[in-house]
Amino acid sequence: MIGALLGRDIRLATRAGGSSALALAFFAAVVTLVPLGIGTDLDLLARVAAGVLWVAAVLAALLSLDRLFQADFDDGSLDLLALSPLSLETVAAVKIAAHWLTTGLPLTLLSPLLGTMFGLSPGETGTLALSLLIGTPSVSALGAVGAALTLSIRRGGLILPLLVLPLLAPAVIFGASAVQAGPDGMSGGALLLLSAFSVATTLLSPFAAAAAVRLNLAG
Amino acid sequence: MPDKRLSTLTSLRVENLACIRGGRLLFRDLSFSAPSGEVLSIEGPNGVGKTSLLRMIAGFLPPAEGSIFLEANGTISEPEERGTQTGWVGHQDGAKSQLTAAEVLRFFAALHGGSHDIASLLAWAGLERCAELPCQYLSAGQRKRLALARLAMTPRPLWLLDEPLAALDSGGKSFATDLIASHCSSGGIVLAATHEPLGIPSRRLALGAT
Repeated sequence: MIGALLGRDIRLATRAGGSSALALAFFAAVVTLVPLGIGTDLDLLARVAAGVLWVAAVLAALLSLDRLFQADFDDGSLDLLALSPLSLETVAAVKIAAHWLTTGLPLTLLSPLLGTMFGLSPGETGTLALSLLIGTPSVSALGAVGAALTLSIRRGGLILPLLVLPLLAPAVIFGASAVQAGPDGMSGGALLLLSAFSVATTLLSPFAAAAAVRLNLAG
Repeated sequence: MPDKRLSTLTSLRVENLACIRGGRLLFRDLSFSAPSGEVLSIEGPNGVGKTSLLRMIAGFLPPAEGSIFLEANGTISEPEERGTQTGWVGHQDGAKSQLTAAEVLRFFAALHGGSHDIASLLAWAGLERCAELPCQYLSAGQRKRLALARLAMTPRPLWLLDEPLAALDSGGKSFATDLIASHCSSGGIVLAATHEPLGIPSRRLALGAT
C-alpha cells in the first residue's frame, strides 16, 4: 500500500511535466549564475559557495513543493487517499519521502559538480554534499506542512515560501556553516545540530501536515 | 467483476444532523437510516446540501450538530473508522491527468492491498480502448466509468456517490445501475445524490423539502 503511493508519486514527479527535472534545472541555473555575477575571485567564491548552494537548494525544493498536496486535492485524489487504508499521517510521510527522493536526493548528487565551479576543495565538497544529504529531508518535511496548509488557497505557491523559509533558517545556517567551519574542526558540531534538526522536523512534520490536510478537506 | 468480499454492515443511522456552510444553515434535524441492501437516492435542488451530506457521512466534514453511526458488529461512530468502510465517487474522479487509465486502477488496487485483473476490469467498464491513454484525454463520461470501475474494485460496504449518472451515455448509465444493484444485492448500502432517476428501486430522501 505504501509502496503503491510512493511509486505513483515518484512516477508523477519524474514523468514529463513533473517537478523533479524542473527543480534540478532551477538549482543548476541559479548556482551557475552566481559566479557570473560575482566574478572570478576564487577565494571569495569558495567562501560563499556553501551558502549559495544551500539557499538555491532550498528555493529549488520549495518550487516543486506547492503542488505536493494541491494536485491531489484538485483532482479528488486526496479524498480517496483520506478514505484509503492508509492514515493521512502515513500519506503525508510517504509524500515527503517521494518529494525528497525526486528533489532533495538529486540536488545532493548534483552539488559536488556545482561545488567545483566555486573552487571548493574535495574535502569541502564532500562536507557540503553530506550536509545537503542530511538537511534536505527537513526541507521536504517542513515544506509539506506549508503545502498542506496552503492547499486550498489560490496562488498558495506564493504564500508557501513566506511560511516555510523562516522555519528553514536553522537548516541553512547549520548546513552552510558545516562547510565554512571545516578547517577549524567545527563542522562536526554543525553537522550534528543539522542532523538533530532534520530528524526532529522529519518525524514531526507528517502529523502537522495530516492535521492541515484534514482541516482543508473539511473546508 | 466487483469484489464481493464485504465486511458486514447492517445499517447506516443518521440522527438530528445539521449542516452549516459559509455561515448559512443548509439543513437541520435530518434523521434517517438505511439498512443493508438499500439504495437511498438523495434529491433536492442545487445548493441544498446533498454533497455536504455525503462529505459528512464520509467523515470529511464534521457535522454542526447530530451524529452518524454505522452498525456492524458494534457501533462505529468515529469518522476515521467510518472512512475505511466508505467507497466514494465525487465530482472529481481522482484520475491523474499524467497517468493512464490502467495505471490509475493499478494504483488504487495496490493502495487497497488487492490484486485485480486490470485489463478485464477496464473491458468490463467499457474502457478497453483507453487503457494506455493518459487520463487527460478521457472524456467526462469515460472518467466517470473509470471512477465506477475503481469503486467496484475496492471492497467497501457503504457507497457514497455524488451524481453517479452525470455525463454517462445510456450504456454507461446501465453499467452504473447494474453496479449499484449488484452492490446492494450483496449486502451493501448505497447513498446517491442525484438529479435523475437511478433506474432501480430506491428510497427517496428529499432535502430542502421541510
